[in-house]
Amino acid sequence: MKYLDEFRDPELAKGLLEEIRRTVTQPWTIMEICGGQTHAIMRFGIDQLLPPEITLVHGPGCPVCVTPLETIDRALAVAARENVIFTSFGDMLRVPGSRDDLFRVKSRGGDVRMVYSPLEAVKLARENPGKEVVFLAVGFETTAPGNAMAVKQAAAEGLTNFSEIVSHVLVPPAMEAILSSPDNLVQGFLAAGHVCTIMGWDEYEPIAARYKVPIVPTGFEPVDILEGILKTVRLLEKGTPGVENQYLRLVREEGNPVARAVVNEIYEVCDRKWRGIGMIPRSGLRIRDELAAFDAEKKFRVEGIVTEEPEVCIAGEILQGLKKPHECPAFGKECTPRTPLGATMVSSEGACAAYHKYSRKGLS
Amino acid sequence: MTERPDFANMSCPLPLMDHDSIQLAHGAGGLLSADLIDKLILPRFASPELDKLEDQAVLDLPPGRVAFSTDTFVVSPIFFPGGDIGDLAVNGTVNDVAMSGATVHALSVGFVLEEGLPLADFHRILCSMEAAAKKAGVRIVTGDTKVVGRGSCDGIFINTSGVGVIPDGLNLSAASLVPGDRVILSGTLADHGMAVMTVREGLSFQSSVQSDTAPLNDLIRMILAAGPGTRTLRDPTRGGAATTLNEFAKASGVGIKLDESAFKVRPDVAGACEILGIDPLYVANEGKLIAVVPADQAEAVLAAMRAHEHGREATIIGTVVADHPGLVAMKTGFGAERIVDMPVGEQLPRIC
Repeated sequence: MKYLDEFRDPELAKGLLEEIRRTVTQPWTIMEICGGQTHAIMRFGIDQLLPPEITLVHGPGCPVCVTPLETIDRALAVAARENVIFTSFGDMLRVPGSRDDLFRVKSRGGDVRMVYSPLEAVKLARENPGKEVVFLAVGFETTAPGNAMAVKQAAAEGLTNFSEIVSHVLVPPAMEAILSSPDNLVQGFLAAGHVCTIMGWDEYEPIAARYKVPIVPTGFEPVDILEGILKTVRLLEKGTPGVENQYLRLVREEGNPVARAVVNEIYEVCDRKWRGIGMIPRSGLRIRDELAAFDAEKKFRVEGIVTEEPEVCIAGEILQGLKKPHECPAFGKECTPRTPLGATMVSSEGACAAYHKYSRKGLS
Repeated sequence: MTERPDFANMSCPLPLMDHDSIQLAHGAGGLLSADLIDKLILPRFASPELDKLEDQAVLDLPPGRVAFSTDTFVVSPIFFPGGDIGDLAVNGTVNDVAMSGATVHALSVGFVLEEGLPLADFHRILCSMEAAAKKAGVRIVTGDTKVVGRGSCDGIFINTSGVGVIPDGLNLSAASLVPGDRVILSGTLADHGMAVMTVREGLSFQSSVQSDTAPLNDLIRMILAAGPGTRTLRDPTRGGAATTLNEFAKASGVGIKLDESAFKVRPDVAGACEILGIDPLYVANEGKLIAVVPADQAEAVLAAMRAHEHGREATIIGTVVADHPGLVAMKTGFGAERIVDMPVGEQLPRIC
């Protein structure tokens, strides 16, 4: 398939691997930010092919993983209400809250529906004026414009029965949280290509300068990832930290100004809890006060639901690149995709789930 | 421009009925029930056994062990690109019986109809069942129809059961794989699952993806003729090829090593999978099978499959190994190796 096969080309990949081997002279620890990149690394076995000097650690960029338990519990409380049509992207349906998940709410009679676009939720609101339609708006900067657009559209149409539970998170504050930790191991980043499609890379320049790390916006196919690693290694070896774009076919320096404008019009930056990590200042987005009518947490008064994370797993350390999934004593034993103990096993894109799915062979 | 002529209805016209949709009375056993059976159902499924309208079909089967299977079809939407619930119900049970190596002889059909189902839709489904049964060479010999109130089912549910007779000496079993055996897949992956998914409410987008629903009993006949030592056959329906291969590995206590580059996925199906973030290895197929055969018969079986309309794109996808018993591993296009695991639940489109 065009735009796909060429980025999965084994010959190109071999050439890039050879070039990485030639370039590297000392050990480097590189973090890929996005769960989609982690998934591709494990699926194509890229970690097995890299020279031993390079250690990949897996970042916090899985929106399902980092959505706090509290948000899930609030969503479940809203979804269980009479007269509510609760809508969500597919992979949030299975994410367990403290006691339940959306599938179970549905089996008890809740009207829970999977949508592919938040605009479909707006359409449902238009078609069901007697019902409250709620959309669970989670994700990084990538999904924020579509979710913001849904509010903008509903407002323009005068719909009063549409609202969102918003738990958006932002990449740069999470990178700073990782880099400023005294235990930090990360020396370079593959930034999340699709986030950069929206945001561009100008916000990464100050981080690269302050912490002296290379940051390379990188795509999601194996050839993208290998090229991203090569660029990062070159910058590390030369001692010239900075931002260099690998994802040329999609990412512009300024990102997508139209999308950014919609996000700013509807949402504003706020402090946000990350599942497995905790509170990170100014790391999230919430609906602006003047649009509070579209804020489902306010509308359904579920802001009082507060849930603490159980202290059973090392997801926080994994999300910060301090540990790898198989270093957890519960991995593959008490903790599996069927019985997740923590954030990173919950979503198919979580680092623990990716390890469990693709590289369990050594376990016995 | 004129509309395309509707050949299905030219050969299969909807008989004149008093109602244009299913009524509760159609299931009440009275005149309306008789009308539905006589005018709509019997003309489509005519067979000597069915035409007697006894409470049971009495079958004269050749001697041998009987393979018997049942399946219930609840697909939504009931019409999808490349097929409908009717041909799916016939092909599904024909395939389940035929995977034992049996010659499939007869099917039963049970309908659960929702009050309000348009008779034209029911008739269209009956016509496609008739055509599918004819293509598979099986008779529909007994059946049942129930009507439930509006809201009690989703238009129409169909149960089919099938019987076949297994040739003497043939013992196909998922527990009989031995290291060295070759694993053959009869064609492209994920066509049915993606065809249905792309027309489901909330996910609809324009695509040309078609279901692969097809009867495989004739293909199986060719496989067994070319590969008398065939260990096992299974159709990778729900859960996809990954699930079937894991079932094989566990049942036989062997490992399976796959070659990623051997798998074929149609470009439009691959595109739909990429957009939705779904792995074709886990998506349902309705016209494909996986055969495990001894290494020395693999080429003959492959050639026989490729000569058949339902096996043109057959390839050897892997080998049975003694390593990692119970696990399926795959060599990626880059020479690395990864596990192909059982799916945890239904595959769900990802956020991003």
